[in-house]
Amino acid sequence: MARISASVYTSHVPAVGAALDLGKTAEPYWQPVFAGYDFSKQWLKEQKPDVIFLVYNDHANAFSLDLIPTFAIGTAAEFAVADEGWGPRPVPKVIGHPKLAGHIAQSVIQDDFDLTIVNKMDIDHGLTVPLSLMCGQPQAWPCPVIPFAVNVVQYPAPSGRRCYMLGKAIRKAILSYDEPLNVQIWGTGGMSHQLQGPRAGLINKEFDTNFLDRLIADPEGLSKMPHIDYVREAGSEGIELVMWLIARGAMNDVNGGGNKPKVLHRFYHVPASNTAVGHLILENN
Amino acid sequence: MSLDKPYKDVPGTTIFDADMSRQGYHLNQFCMSLMKADNRARFKADERAYLDEWPMTEDQKLAVMARDLNRCIALGGNIYFLAKIGATDGKSFQQMAGSMTGMSEDEYRNMMVSGGRTIEGNRYTGEKK
Repeated sequence: MARISASVYTSHVPAVGAALDLGKTAEPYWQPVFAGYDFSKQWLKEQKPDVIFLVYNDHANAFSLDLIPTFAIGTAAEFAVADEGWGPRPVPKVIGHPKLAGHIAQSVIQDDFDLTIVNKMDIDHGLTVPLSLMCGQPQAWPCPVIPFAVNVVQYPAPSGRRCYMLGKAIRKAILSYDEPLNVQIWGTGGMSHQLQGPRAGLINKEFDTNFLDRLIADPEGLSKMPHIDYVREAGSEGIELVMWLIARGAMNDVNGGGNKPKVLHRFYHVPASNTAVGHLILENN
Repeated sequence: MSLDKPYKDVPGTTIFDADMSRQGYHLNQFCMSLMKADNRARFKADERAYLDEWPMTEDQKLAVMARDLNRCIALGGNIYFLAKIGATDGKSFQQMAGSMTGMSEDEYRNMMVSGGRTIEGNRYTGEKK
């Protein structure tokens, strides 16, 4: 049977991708950001996951205002890198896992989460920046990835609670898959940031620190935080953090089994462009 | 019964909800068209002519030509869509975000390097700093 070995949480700031693509990682501005992922890159190499289930949001690239799915699962064999306006990032295309993705969709929909199934979708920096941070610049990504896109562009995004419960349903789906796959689940986006209006540039370190603490120790309580708290305290784009709760909801300890996950790595840095970068690796224990 | 919109008193912030999305539909779809290199080239060659191909309001067109992102947002634009205009101009997301704050590019960058805009005094409109 498939299992979930660990969850990874990270911001997906587009400027991080640009810094990497333009060879700026050693610059004093960027060096501390990338150094925060040194451990993670080594860890991922050793873990050799078979599949990464990657929760992210599309930033008006795959989905325009013509179609705004709240939850969309990518079931294609492969996904091309989007041209977001600057030209596509020079990174490998993403290889999917149609069989597992289809299995998850079927299971999760029967658990009352009405996913949109997507067989053709370009993926943007929301998905490729986390891969770059965790893998560096390989010729091909280390394993298949199932893209799972959450709407955070048009308000309202799904609630933190809904995301957390969805994580549980995704876990159940993965655990009922017949092949012995080592699956990781990643939640991306955040942390505090606001990209629009006169309040742009907002950073709230206290909120972020508290969010990381509670994500580890009290995800159940954290999942009940209302939207307005994210918007007011973490900025209009800080609401992306609800996606971290999907990954957290899939861990052993909150599903009737196991101890609290091991915190293998925790990192926080301000700024990357407009954004506070947060990163955690939690391993099932 | 009306919908609860508790986000209306967050200062300097426009939440892209259903009302804004409806107003901004054509503006945002125009932005989306700039994901294609050919369209970027056509837009750059004659902005007015390109904008006139879209059923946008005159105010929206003028806001785009002025690169007034705050005005674009007030008229229904969403930052992730508007970012395509900045990309077409070769601007970074930081330059775009900074342009909405009344700060110079250097001032904004320095604020971010120093830890960003503080939350204190920035939670509610009319709040004392």
